[in-house]
Amino acid sequence: MSTPLSRIRNFSIVAHIDHGKSTLADRLIQLTGTVAERDMKEQLLDAMDIERERGITIKANTVRIDYPAQDGQTYVLNLIDTPGHVDFAYEVSRSMRAVEGSLLVVDATQGVEAQTLANVYTAIEADHEIVPVLNKVDLPAAEPERVAEQIEDVIGIDASDACLISAKTGVGIPDVLEAIVQRLPAPRGGDPDAPLKAMLVDSKYDQYLGVICIVRIVDGTLKKGDRIRMMKTGGTYDVDDVGVYRPAMTAVDRLGPGEIGYLNASIKQVRDTRVGDTITHEKKQCAEPLPGFKPSVPVVFCGLFPVDTSEFEDLRDAIEKLALNDASFSFEMETSAALGFGFRCGFLGLLHLEVIRDRIEREYNIELITTAPSVIYHIFMKDGERIDLHNPADMPDPSKIGHVEEPRIKATILVPDDYLGDVLKLCQDRRGIQLDLTYAGSRAMAVYDLPLNEVVFDFYDRLKSVTKGYASFDYEMIGYREDNLVKMQVLVNDEPVDALAMMVHRDRAEMRGRAMCEKLKDLIPRHMFKIPIQAAIGGKVIARETLSALRKDVTAKCYGGDASRKKKLLEKQKAGKKKMRQFGRVEIPQEAFISALKMDE
Amino acid sequence: MRSGNSWPVALPEDRPGLETWQRAGFGLYVHWPFCAAKCPYCDFNSHVVGRVDQARWAEAFRAEIARAGAETPGRILSSIYFGGGTPSLMEVDTVAAVLDTARDTWTFANDIEITLEANPGSVEAARFHGYRAAGVNRVSLGVQALRAPDLRRLGRLHSVEDARRALGLAREVFDRVSFDLIYARQGQSLEDWRAELSEALEMAGDHLSLYQLTVEPGTAFWTRAQAGGFRGLPGEDLAAEMYELTQELCNAAGLPAYEVSNHARPGSESRHNLIYWHAGDWAGIGPGAHGRLGSGAQRVATETALAPTAWLAAAEAGDGISRRTSLSPQDQAGEYIMMGLRSFDGIEIDRARAMWDAALPDDKLADLVGDGLLVLEGATVRTTPRGRLVLNGVIRELMA
Repeated sequence: MSTPLSRIRNFSIVAHIDHGKSTLADRLIQLTGTVAERDMKEQLLDAMDIERERGITIKANTVRIDYPAQDGQTYVLNLIDTPGHVDFAYEVSRSMRAVEGSLLVVDATQGVEAQTLANVYTAIEADHEIVPVLNKVDLPAAEPERVAEQIEDVIGIDASDACLISAKTGVGIPDVLEAIVQRLPAPRGGDPDAPLKAMLVDSKYDQYLGVICIVRIVDGTLKKGDRIRMMKTGGTYDVDDVGVYRPAMTAVDRLGPGEIGYLNASIKQVRDTRVGDTITHEKKQCAEPLPGFKPSVPVVFCGLFPVDTSEFEDLRDAIEKLALNDASFSFEMETSAALGFGFRCGFLGLLHLEVIRDRIEREYNIELITTAPSVIYHIFMKDGERIDLHNPADMPDPSKIGHVEEPRIKATILVPDDYLGDVLKLCQDRRGIQLDLTYAGSRAMAVYDLPLNEVVFDFYDRLKSVTKGYASFDYEMIGYREDNLVKMQVLVNDEPVDALAMMVHRDRAEMRGRAMCEKLKDLIPRHMFKIPIQAAIGGKVIARETLSALRKDVTAKCYGGDASRKKKLLEKQKAGKKKMRQFGRVEIPQEAFISALKMDE
Repeated sequence: MRSGNSWPVALPEDRPGLETWQRAGFGLYVHWPFCAAKCPYCDFNSHVVGRVDQARWAEAFRAEIARAGAETPGRILSSIYFGGGTPSLMEVDTVAAVLDTARDTWTFANDIEITLEANPGSVEAARFHGYRAAGVNRVSLGVQALRAPDLRRLGRLHSVEDARRALGLAREVFDRVSFDLIYARQGQSLEDWRAELSEALEMAGDHLSLYQLTVEPGTAFWTRAQAGGFRGLPGEDLAAEMYELTQELCNAAGLPAYEVSNHARPGSESRHNLIYWHAGDWAGIGPGAHGRLGSGAQRVATETALAPTAWLAAAEAGDGISRRTSLSPQDQAGEYIMMGLRSFDGIEIDRARAMWDAALPDDKLADLVGDGLLVLEGATVRTTPRGRLVLNGVIRELMA
């Protein structure tokens, strides 16, 4: 059933979170009758609860729409819904390479956001034709002219013929469908008789079918029974099934050039597949793989420990199951004196970390302690050896260290100019170096070179808070640079707490140490003795607080009839304390491990 | 300060600790569950009913005493305590029936203490001579406050003047008189309490119970506190200062504390309550009454039905006890530690370990002594003044 190239349009939708990407996708699917009305639900393409709830897309999804256009022809429209978040930038770039055009959806009441910028540039890099779509024009606060102007100023594309729509009410959707057909190009080239060359766009694990790969055929034809080869990983598989999403999986005989669909080849785990890999036939291989493949590399690390130490095996099970569907996160067992057995996990970014953590807690019902997120430091030893430090607790003896390099990012922040001062101060406080500052209308765009470790914990929260939610933020990694970085230890009642150890810049150590001690003083309940809380670098204490002793906790009345009840009460309280972590004689509540690291500046 | 494993553990072959139930005395607790009105702070088993058939209740108490007597042959009774509820709503004949039956059932100690809790209302005071004639030799009056607005807030039906009058009469009629006050009340300052306690000490007999207000689950105050409508209670620091001031004033007045909330002239401590704090034996009768009876290494906790009608039916059918639980060695030691550390006499390490050999681990004792919360004198452990104020924490720490 291969479709002629001239009647195929492949596209993605670029939008900032909440600007209406998923709603638009829903409308396109609905208007073309791809899904029966009764099966329609909000955000059809976001399969996971977490995706639906957070309004984010984690895995690429695709849907095939048959559209009878005004020219009398029926076109095949393939929409790839890409992850919109910076954590998945590489996955986004692969999805973009699989299509020829993009709808740029901008909320007409909000304007362009940083995340839109990053993704639209990815689309431009992929040579996309771009159709601007201004959404929410039905709202009183909509300013389509101003936003169109902003698109031209900031992004530099023509927005004069933007589609004006309301994805919510359905206004303007037919215009969008026509624009896709008329303004986006058909897939280029494509020889159905050439050796198979297909891009692996994404893959996901289905508990009944195994791994399902989303593929874009460039050359050749893919059909059931073919023996295929993944050119990077070298794996070979027999194709059980090929098909398309409408959005339900629908088997087809074959997929030809320009088409997007799925293949199922009894692949055991997602880990065996690599986003961006080239698929070819085992017998008749294509000469060259597609360009631009790179394996995904975790950049943010943290420890995940079960609150209830007896749930370690359950956690292992959960992590292994999640890893089946996510090749981009890494894990290895970790032991902490404070927290017991857990895993040191690597993620593509903070959102990725949160998504995995939420899924473990929600889908596997395991309460977790998450240690402070950390990045990978390059420790250059005096003897010339380089150690990649994932966990501050593993910091080698400082006297043997030559120098330490940390990862830096280029951050782009878009903010209404009313809040610019607060944003610049925040970036400055986080050791940022300003690279650029420009204005587009009443919005400023600040570009900063920032250390990733200053960003991984709560930078985004702080940014949201100082700008009342009006700033948007995006970043890319720009490499490593040497700086004066030291390991700060935290001692509670003279016992070092490994889970609270962190790498800090020497100049900021006192400030961080003081803030940490003050925070812990509030977070640790008073005990019957006073507790010194100290921050130290090496053996030197740089900050100190004292948690005073509890003064009064005594039952006023206790006679014969009260004995059983009061004893049970005390036993219950004692059991409650077992949920805390014991450090020497001090009990520290779980939430302290995360809360202590949030800095109120 | 000692540390490590150097605590003396003398455990003679015959484990004499097991016999100290007898040494700590044997008491009878009688619960009268009725009140004229329920107080908003009270979490005791009390009920408000229109009319009580006192003759029927007296009969039920008689039956229960006979049953309890059969289970404790040969014991010498050192105390009887009428608690409630409001026992001063008992008719004199009802009290007399209980005391006469008890006298026929057990041998009374020469110095037996017979206490009745009374409200300081005028109706109750009218019965004082009758109670005295029936054998009551000590009353404990629920004065609670010497400030009219506070009495109203605490839901008490008597006035400050009623309290003074009742106390005066009680001191004429009975050998020994105690009264209760509740402090650390809403809006109370340290100076307010100093003035009120000083007045109380002027009026005091040989004993005072001074409780900090506690909002207990199941009370009207609790419901209000949960709804956020209970403000102005002193914070931890003020409550601690109030407690310390209480010790200071009572010591100066010759009524030092001998338990967390109880003060007495030396020799006038409540013998009945010391049975609880020294982990002695007592039989408990009446609705919701608990008891503890030891026999060899066994110790049995008894409970009765909470509802007055249910208890009455059970007692009339021949056994008012609804549950008998044999306490494990660990529970026995746990109760001894929890109750015993309340008393300024402290606990005997040997006795606790005779109940359960893992009781009072040396390292925990050493930590708590090091923190200045416990002191060790010979083989006796006592709380320090600071330890007493955080006793719940000390007990939790010592729990296995």
